[in-house]
Amino acid sequence: MSLSPRAWFGIAVSLLLAACAVGAPWLAPHDPLEQDLLASSLPPAWAADGEARFLFGTDSLGRDILSRLVWGARPALIVAVAGALLAGVVGTFLGLAAGFFGGWWDAVVSRLVDVWMSFPAVLLAIVLVAVIGTGLWSVVIAIALIDWTRFARVVRAEAMQQSRLNYVVAARTIGLSRAATLAREVLPNVLPLLLTLVTLEMGIAVVVEAILSFVGLSVSSDMPTWGGLIQEGRLYVNQTPWLLGLPVVALALAVLGFNALGDGLRESLDPVVAR
Amino acid sequence: MSAPVLEIEGLHVLLRGERREPDRLMLRGVDLSIRPGEVHALVGESGAGKSMIARTVLGILPHRAQVASGHVRLLGHDWLKMPPAARRAMLGRDVSLIPQDPMSALSPAHTIERQICEVLRLHLPMSAQAARERALALLDAVRIREPARVLHQYPHELSGGMRQRVLIAIAFACGPRLIVADEPTTALDVTVQREVLRLLRTMQQRGGGQSGGTAVLFITHNLGLVAKLADRVSVIHGGRIVERGLVAEIFDAPHAAYTRALFAATPRHDRPAEALRPIDPAVTAALDVEAAAYDNAWARAR
Repeated sequence: MSLSPRAWFGIAVSLLLAACAVGAPWLAPHDPLEQDLLASSLPPAWAADGEARFLFGTDSLGRDILSRLVWGARPALIVAVAGALLAGVVGTFLGLAAGFFGGWWDAVVSRLVDVWMSFPAVLLAIVLVAVIGTGLWSVVIAIALIDWTRFARVVRAEAMQQSRLNYVVAARTIGLSRAATLAREVLPNVLPLLLTLVTLEMGIAVVVEAILSFVGLSVSSDMPTWGGLIQEGRLYVNQTPWLLGLPVVALALAVLGFNALGDGLRESLDPVVAR
Repeated sequence: MSAPVLEIEGLHVLLRGERREPDRLMLRGVDLSIRPGEVHALVGESGAGKSMIARTVLGILPHRAQVASGHVRLLGHDWLKMPPAARRAMLGRDVSLIPQDPMSALSPAHTIERQICEVLRLHLPMSAQAARERALALLDAVRIREPARVLHQYPHELSGGMRQRVLIAIAFACGPRLIVADEPTTALDVTVQREVLRLLRTMQQRGGGQSGGTAVLFITHNLGLVAKLADRVSVIHGGRIVERGLVAEIFDAPHAAYTRALFAATPRHDRPAEALRPIDPAVTAALDVEAAAYDNAWARAR
């Protein structure tokens, strides 16, 4: 099984993020909360008046940007993985049932999806977090509650299409019950698609987390988040543009990496697409 | 004479119309009886109801179709009234299917080994290891070269003929008493067709462990295959059996006008190709009138 360059890029970015998230206390050169007012608003080290000990410069309170970015990977990755998986489990379950059993299941799930999707996602997220309260796990739950519809819609269509194929009918003629057919025949054939969806959703979840922390509805302010960094950078965008630019780059890299990972893995894991 | 494996009596299958369409009778009182170990051909044009019979026996009628009346006895069980769990226990073990289109009848996500072992372990008390060995033996029995390698392949890596052999292996895996072969060679090219048919014949006689062989309900529109393979034949048109009997007798002296018309329309290599003849429209028109009258009488009786 050979992986494409895309897949390698995705794996590399994901590993980097995972390393930052897990190893933040050791990888970060400074305490992300430590203020050094004598070294405030320093540009990155490669700029003319940058300092070597602050690679990506400092913010207005003299906190190290690199350390804050590394620590910010932690909430980003937790939300991405937990949010995408939770949304995936809920959406897949409902989508499979709707697509495979049809009838009553399909009617209820489809209407629910229609109603759900008529709410603007970000607004819904903000309202949800405001209701359940702030914090990392509230963000995870909010993402799952909003984005299960993505999974439900796609999985429903795929399950519907798969269940018309002969191998599903054939599975019934060897004596599998409908539920067993769904779990053992349909689900494995939906899995490559699901993998792509989960990684796409991870990208979306990272962005949603950034939005929520941008408006201050994510974790408490003593934990650095990329959204929080962007929000702080926005205030001084004319004096210290790297303050805004660097977390945006981190965010974009994460989203790109997750998407590349999904596409690359699907190409390698799908027995029909793989060479 | 031992009891029939499959006995169908007065089977009516109704296709419920969508929206304004009226309901339509797909099967109009089909009687069919298959003895142990015999190959029973079911011959008819497309839409005659051949597959509806197969689907009723296998319990996979499309959801708009329903059995309106009639009895199906399978190995002495009242098949249509059996609880679903008991029916599932027999499906794949006592009765199984060789499907029409080998290209889509195997799950693309699983290896051949998993798909053969699945049916074995579902019905027989077998360890994973024993199932694997039996799967290997089955692939060998359906004359697949390098069975050990094929076991670890995915369906898309195999040709249509190979896949049909795998499906035959799956159908015979648990030593069934009856196999429904729904046009098993239609989707294959002609050279492969012959090999697959020969294989089906040997497997049927060997019977996957059944003494006296496995009975086969062989669905086809190809009269040449019927002559080669079948012991008995039922000719179906418009959801009714118009003629039944031993292959030798019917090929010798068909009684029903439709059977004679069907024979007359069969292409033969001793006639030039341009002489391809359609089935005499007068014969089918007469049958259609009968069918319409039957439907009216049936609707009134309900």
